Amino acid sequence: MDCTSCKQCCRECSENESVMAPSPVPSPPHQRPAADDPAADEPAVVRALARTPRQAFAHGIVQSLPFMIVIVPFALLFGVVAVEAGMDLAQVMGFSVLVLAGASQFTAVQLLSDQAPALIVILSGLAVNLRMAMYSASLVPWLRGATGGQRLLIAYALIDQSYALSIQHYERHPRLSLPQRLGYFAGTAVAVCVPWMIASWLGATVGRAISDDIALDFAMPITFLAMIAPMLRTPAHLGACFVAVLAALLLAGLPSGLGLLIAAPIGMATGAMLEVWAERRQGAT
Amino acid sequence: MNGAVSDLTVWIVIVALAIGTFLIRWSFLGALGDRDLPAWALRMLRYTPVAVLPALVAPLVMWPEAAGGEPDPARLSAAAATLVVGVLTRNVILAILAGGSTLFGLLYVLG
Repeated sequence: MDCTSCKQCCRECSENESVMAPSPVPSPPHQRPAADDPAADEPAVVRALARTPRQAFAHGIVQSLPFMIVIVPFALLFGVVAVEAGMDLAQVMGFSVLVLAGASQFTAVQLLSDQAPALIVILSGLAVNLRMAMYSASLVPWLRGATGGQRLLIAYALIDQSYALSIQHYERHPRLSLPQRLGYFAGTAVAVCVPWMIASWLGATVGRAISDDIALDFAMPITFLAMIAPMLRTPAHLGACFVAVLAALLLAGLPSGLGLLIAAPIGMATGAMLEVWAERRQGAT
Repeated sequence: MNGAVSDLTVWIVIVALAIGTFLIRWSFLGALGDRDLPAWALRMLRYTPVAVLPALVAPLVMWPEAAGGEPDPARLSAAAATLVVGVLTRNVILAILAGGSTLFGLLYVLG
């Protein structure tokens, strides 16, 4: 990435922002944990800060419920596909309970039914999941003080949806306490992972009854885009998103998962560079 | 398990994937503990969700398998509607509804 393209996309971003957000929220260019929250008197913020960990857990569950629309059909489909590929119920549940990672489960079943060698299946599945190392790293500053046991449980349930919901909540309410953050994560994890397991089981046992012609393939893109769109609140976020998408499209020909592992860090670096640049400009004026 | 893939192979794949995936997820959270990441890393990590998730779905939006791997107006419009409504309203549910209704509406209209 050269600098000219960054500046260019930043200019585009700031133009977009001024068009789309006539009354910009006075949020800082980025929010660190425990940073001062400029919107502290907003009712949603006050409510979030007042929740007990148990209420934060319930809130996490409630906010995850819409994602059942995606999770349940996907998991049903996984059950059906895996049984069609010749797996028994125990193996289907082995995937959905022990691995608990949708995209890599589909990848592995697909490769197994193509008679690919076990090592290739394992490496491909892990490549698809490598993005989760980035999730793990980005949660570190938010979960300072969590015990080893809590970290084990979070790692087990760290899937796209629980991560995206939680990080969005943490960034929106930077002053949450650790128990509130843990409670919220636990709520999203339960609400997303348990239906995944149950629906996989249903798909493997009942299966077949699902119609092929609903455009299910697009449920995941829509929900992922819906989850990140509200986070695109600064030129740096827009730039990171734009560059990552561009790189992912250019690298789409690479084997599964590999393009993403190059494209995502390029996008993240772009965001960081734009942030530095914006801070310098602010400092100069 | 039918064909040449044995039950044992499937279980080896399941267990290896389970352990490997868990270690990937645990990596930084577990190994780093409460130590601070360097400032440049924190700066980059703030952009993890907005870089990873769109990059993950971008090829699926551009070349959806269900449309034979060709760009598809209904799916492109649905993705655009989701993003625009999500950015404007900052509401995840409204964004999903906008994307879903655009997709099904256009698939119905375009046949």
